[in-house]
Amino acid sequence: MTPRPVFFRKLSNHLLNLLALGSICAALGGMGWILCTVIQKGAPVLSWEFLTAPSKPYGEPGAGVGNALLGTLLMTLGATLLAVPPALAGGIYLAEFGKNSRLADLLRFCANVLMGLPSILVGLFVYAMLVVTTGHFSGMAGTVALAIIMFPVIMRTTEDMLLMVPDALRESALALGMSRMRATLCIVARSARNGLATGILLSLARVSGETAPLLFTALFADTWPGGFFTEPTASAPVLITEYTTNSPFESMHAMGWGTALIMAAFILIINIATRCIFHENKH
Amino acid sequence: MKTNIKISTRNLNFHYGKHQALFDNNLDIHANKITAVIGPSGCGKSTHLRIYNRIFELYRNQKATGEVLLDGKNILDSDVDLLKLRHRVGMIFQKPTPFPMSIADNVAYPLKLHYKLSRSEMDDRVEAALRGASLWDEVKDKLKSSGMALSGGQQQRLCIARALAAEPEVILMDEPTSAIAPVATLRIEELVLELKQKYTIVIVTHNMQQASRISDRTAFFYKGRIVEVDDTTRIFTNPAHKQTEDYITGRFG
Repeated sequence: MTPRPVFFRKLSNHLLNLLALGSICAALGGMGWILCTVIQKGAPVLSWEFLTAPSKPYGEPGAGVGNALLGTLLMTLGATLLAVPPALAGGIYLAEFGKNSRLADLLRFCANVLMGLPSILVGLFVYAMLVVTTGHFSGMAGTVALAIIMFPVIMRTTEDMLLMVPDALRESALALGMSRMRATLCIVARSARNGLATGILLSLARVSGETAPLLFTALFADTWPGGFFTEPTASAPVLITEYTTNSPFESMHAMGWGTALIMAAFILIINIATRCIFHENKH
Repeated sequence: MKTNIKISTRNLNFHYGKHQALFDNNLDIHANKITAVIGPSGCGKSTHLRIYNRIFELYRNQKATGEVLLDGKNILDSDVDLLKLRHRVGMIFQKPTPFPMSIADNVAYPLKLHYKLSRSEMDDRVEAALRGASLWDEVKDKLKSSGMALSGGQQQRLCIARALAAEPEVILMDEPTSAIAPVATLRIEELVLELKQKYTIVIVTHNMQQASRISDRTAFFYKGRIVEVDDTTRIFTNPAHKQTEDYITGRFG
C-alpha cells in the first residue's frame, strides 16, 4: 500500500483556507460597505432636534423623526409583551411535555409555516381583522402584526434552548422530589435563561425593521403616538420608506438616511447586548 | 443477627419500547449497607437502579413490571406518590448536576421543597448537609457564589449534600465517580463509607476496585440478568459462577 502523496492534501488544505478567508472578507466587506454608506448619508442630519422633534410635512421648519422612533419603540416593545408569554409557554410545551406527540408536531408545523409566511401577508391579515373592522389604522394594529411575526420565532428558539439543557439536570431536579412543572420552570428554564433572553432580543431586533406589515396597520402620521390605539402611528421603517423613495425632496432623503443610521445603531446595540448576555458566565 | 431488608425486587422486568433490558431481577438491598451493582457496559445496571425512584418515567416507552418493595410497599403501584417516593429515595448521577444558583441555594432547594423552616433552621440544615458531604470547610466562605464554579469533585459532593439535605432513607448512586479525577474519587469513596451509618446505599460502578473497596454486598449483572449476589468479599474471592469470575478477573467487560 502506497500512501497518498502529501502534496495534494496540503494543496487542498491551502485552497480551503483561502476559500474560508475569501468568505470572511465578503461578509465583513458587505457589512462594512452598508454601514459606511448609511453613516456617510445619515450622519450629516443627526442633531438633537432631529431625534426629539416630530416629523412635519415638507417645508415646515424644525422637523425631526422623534415620533417615528418612539412609535417603533412602542410597537416593538408592545409586540414583545404580547408575543413572549404564549411563545415561552409554547416552547416549554414543545421541549418538555409535547416532545414528539401529534399535537406537538402539529404545533411545530404551524409555527414553521407561520415563520415562512411573508410578513406582508401578516400585515394584510391584521388589516382585515383589526383595521377594516374598527375603521381606523392604529399603532395597536401594528403591534399585533409584529407580535404575530415574533411568536413562532421565539417559540422555536425557546424549544431549541431548552433542548440544549442536559437531561441529567431534569433528572436530578425530579430525583429530589420536584414536580415536573417546578423542575421545568425553576431549574431547566432557569438554566437556559440566557439563551431565552437572547432569542427574545434577536427577534425584537428582527421585527423592529419590519415595514410591510406596518404599511397596512399603523400607517404613518406626522404626530406623536398619542392615539396609539385609535390613530395611525409613525414608525421608523415606514418613515425610511416614505422619505427615501416616495419623496422628491433632497432634505427628506437625508432624514430617511439619518433614521436608517439610528436603526442600524439600535440593531448593533441589541446584537452586542445579546452576545454579552449569552456569553456571560452561566450562574 | 437478622438482616434488615430495605428494598426487595421481585421478578422485575424492564422494557425500552419493544426491547427488553432486564429479565426477572430478584435482589435484596440490605439497610445501612452499601450494595454495589457491577457488570459490563449495557448489562442493565443503571436501568435497574433507575427503577428504584421511578426516574425512568420521564421518558416515554420505558416500562417496568414486577415488584420493587420499599419497606414492604411496592413502589411500582400506581397509587405511589412520586414526589414522596423521591423524597425518601435520593439519587446521585454520573455527571455532577449543580443547579444554576449559589452553593447555599443548591442545598437549600430540597429543604424549601419538603419542609417549612425558619431562616436559622435553614442555615443550620444547609451547614449540616454540607458537613455531611465533607464539603463545608471548602465552601463555608463562599456559600453565595455559584455552584457551577466548583471543581468536578466538589460539584459532585455538592450534589451529595443536596441529596442529603432532603433526608432520604436510600441513596442511589449511578457511577458517581466516573467523570471525576482520581483524588476526588477517593474523597467521595470515603464519604460514601461514612454515609452508610445513616443511609442505605446502592452504587452502580464499572470500577471493580471501587466495588471491592467500599461495598458490603455486590450484585453482578450480565445481559439484563442478575448472575450472582453475595457479600462483596465472597464475590471477589470465591464467586459461585464462572461468568462472575471471568468478569472480575478482567477476562471480559
